[in-house]
Amino acid sequence: MFEGWDAVVLARAQFAFTMSFHIVFPAFSIGLASYLAVLEALWLWTGREVFINLFNYWLKIFAVAFGMGVVSGIVMSYQFGTNWSAFSDKAGPVIGPLMAYEVLTAFFLEAGFLGVMLFGLERVGHRLHFFATLMVAIGTLISAFWILSANSWMQTPTGYAINADGQFVAADWLKVIFNPSFPYRLVHMVLAAYLTTALVVGAVGAWHLLRDRHLAGARVMFSMAMWMAALVAPIQILAGDQHGLNTLEHQPTKIMAMEGHFDSHKDGAPLILFGWPDQGAGKVKYALEIPKLGSLILKHSLNAPLAGLDTVPRENWPPVPITFWSFRIMVGLGFLMMGLGLFSLLMRFLGKLYETRLLHMFAIAMGPAGFIAVLAGWITTETGRQPFTVYGLLRTAESASPLAAPAVASSLIAFIMVYFAVFAAGVIYLLRLMAAPPHHGEQGPRSDVPARAAGITPAAGSAVEGAVR
Amino acid sequence: MIPIDLPTIWAFIIAFAVFVYVVMDGFDLGLGILFPLFPKKADRDVIMNSVAPVWDGNETWLVLGGGGMMAAFPLAYAVLMPALYTPMIAMLLGLVFRGVAFEFRWRTQRERNRWDIAFAGGSLLATLAQGIALGAILQGIHVDGRHYAGGWWDWLTPFSILTGAALVIGYSLLGATWLVMKTEGELRDRAYHLSWVLLFAMLGAIGAVSIATPFLHVQYTERWFAWPNIILTAPVPIAVAGVTALLLRSLANKFDYQPFFLTLALFALSYAGLGISMYPFIVPQSITIWQAASPANSQIFMLFGVAVLIPLILIYTAWAYWVFRGKVRAESGYH
Repeated sequence: MFEGWDAVVLARAQFAFTMSFHIVFPAFSIGLASYLAVLEALWLWTGREVFINLFNYWLKIFAVAFGMGVVSGIVMSYQFGTNWSAFSDKAGPVIGPLMAYEVLTAFFLEAGFLGVMLFGLERVGHRLHFFATLMVAIGTLISAFWILSANSWMQTPTGYAINADGQFVAADWLKVIFNPSFPYRLVHMVLAAYLTTALVVGAVGAWHLLRDRHLAGARVMFSMAMWMAALVAPIQILAGDQHGLNTLEHQPTKIMAMEGHFDSHKDGAPLILFGWPDQGAGKVKYALEIPKLGSLILKHSLNAPLAGLDTVPRENWPPVPITFWSFRIMVGLGFLMMGLGLFSLLMRFLGKLYETRLLHMFAIAMGPAGFIAVLAGWITTETGRQPFTVYGLLRTAESASPLAAPAVASSLIAFIMVYFAVFAAGVIYLLRLMAAPPHHGEQGPRSDVPARAAGITPAAGSAVEGAVR
Repeated sequence: MIPIDLPTIWAFIIAFAVFVYVVMDGFDLGLGILFPLFPKKADRDVIMNSVAPVWDGNETWLVLGGGGMMAAFPLAYAVLMPALYTPMIAMLLGLVFRGVAFEFRWRTQRERNRWDIAFAGGSLLATLAQGIALGAILQGIHVDGRHYAGGWWDWLTPFSILTGAALVIGYSLLGATWLVMKTEGELRDRAYHLSWVLLFAMLGAIGAVSIATPFLHVQYTERWFAWPNIILTAPVPIAVAGVTALLLRSLANKFDYQPFFLTLALFALSYAGLGISMYPFIVPQSITIWQAASPANSQIFMLFGVAVLIPLILIYTAWAYWVFRGKVRAESGYH
């Protein structure tokens, strides 16, 4: 079995599969950790019970999502070695230290304070607990910093040299870390994480408002989420545009694939709205296009010339249909998010934020939109980098491990079976937690089985129990 | 004798990270392996809660070991991972099952048993895979140029199965002595009983691996028994005997806190023994730490981070353990 398969294609499928499962959890937990820090800060500041109820409500959800992110993340950190050993050997001296810094500065920080954040509120006191929450939230952001730096270096490598063994080595670490696409990618991804979380929180709030529009927790979370969507979605569209211009400068081939520009245009390229890119024929079939608009968006001039894939050797073309369509899905969802934000603003000023059922249903429908947009965005940027792992320098085919197809196929099947079984269950538990309304006296994780240290004095111990009950 | 240069420093750092991983995730994997022996829900709740606040930090050391190796010794990482392909994938999948069980089993009544099985099975699978990987590394790996050149079943030998079984026993002993320290009453008594059985099994496993290892390569024999090396290597088995005596005493006298730390000492000695066998190879008999090392500027760049951050990490990790110190008690049904 699988003898005739291409081991590199299977390894790519495995990376894409495990990465797609992984990325939704950090995208959610980056945003949710920050949201939890905000909720706890508001509780400490105002003393209003609704904030600690919401904190505990979302903390249970965070615990489940974070656990799934951790275990799927460990898989990623070893996948470089198991399936992409040639890449690890060649790019390890540059990429490795960035990931090692991610572990040292971010993963330990998150993990070290997570236990206290989840189970320690009554053990360490409110201020120290808030500090732990803050450390977890900051940890998620530092993690985004390093991993996006590493990924961006693969997209736009700078500050490197190549040694006698054919390895990439750093010539200038600052240029490696702050490579040209990094700032844009970091902003775009962190905003995406915040938007994703806001849409989930908004959908959960809306769901409970549909049943009981006077539920305090649901009102607060819905309002906060809609503010976030209204403010961040437009900023994200601007950030995405800037990111695109940066890509045009450093990875023009990717833009050609995203736009479906097979042909060069001397005086103004069209914007192809929809169509079916035919990689073999080198043209977009059934294209619906607006003349000159492509040049206007990318070059800010109607008649600016724009090169197409006909200027690039075919063996360097990325898979155009995937890049083209995943990009459109991301952009389309981005505009829908802005639409939701604007709709909510309108209803807010009309004083009907909690009464407009159409808005609530729209928000529920948009609940998963952030995840889909994040996945589509990642597929766009990663597929658009092909056929290279390090853009223009190291081909994907030269990056893979010396493994036979059956080995890679077997592990791919194992990952698919395990991930579907485990993460499907996890998503069901998450949805179950979200389906329960936030209520008065909401408990954190493990409220059903309080554990306490013998070292605590009986008085403090009974105080804990009192608080728990 | 040992030259102090960057690759050596990094070899010690990676070895340290892996050791911290082994002792920290060792006891919580061990709890998973022992899980089927504690069928009562109340006991299982206590066992889970005794590590729930710290398991994630424990596993982060594994990521540091892997990530650090890719950064400091990319060639070794690139050769070892494909060579250990199947055990590595098995370990990762085992860790997925047991990791999610920590939260999932609290989120369902009906399917709790399923996640208990996932916790136990995943822990056992991950431990077995780690032990087999260790054996596969020790017995030597076929390298050609900068690539792994063996087959994808090379890792499976009687020796690697022996090391796999040895690690299962070792982690179980760590888990049992952890329970002795963290629980009370009937649960602790059962943990004491298990510790006795597992200690003798562990001594047998250490003996078997120690006897088998010199037969793998003549280099291992020379390293341990040739003059003058034996002056330096002889204290290791003597110290193992000493620690074992203390461990037996602490189990007999029911000193709750001692057995766990003495078991850690036993692990440290076994680990030092491994280091003596392997040094200076990172892929035994084919790639040394100098051949595998990434360029000096990569190693220096990370050394700054390690020097500042590892002490900091140890401090706040110790604090997290301190917050959740003492015996864990289940109080379900108390409401």
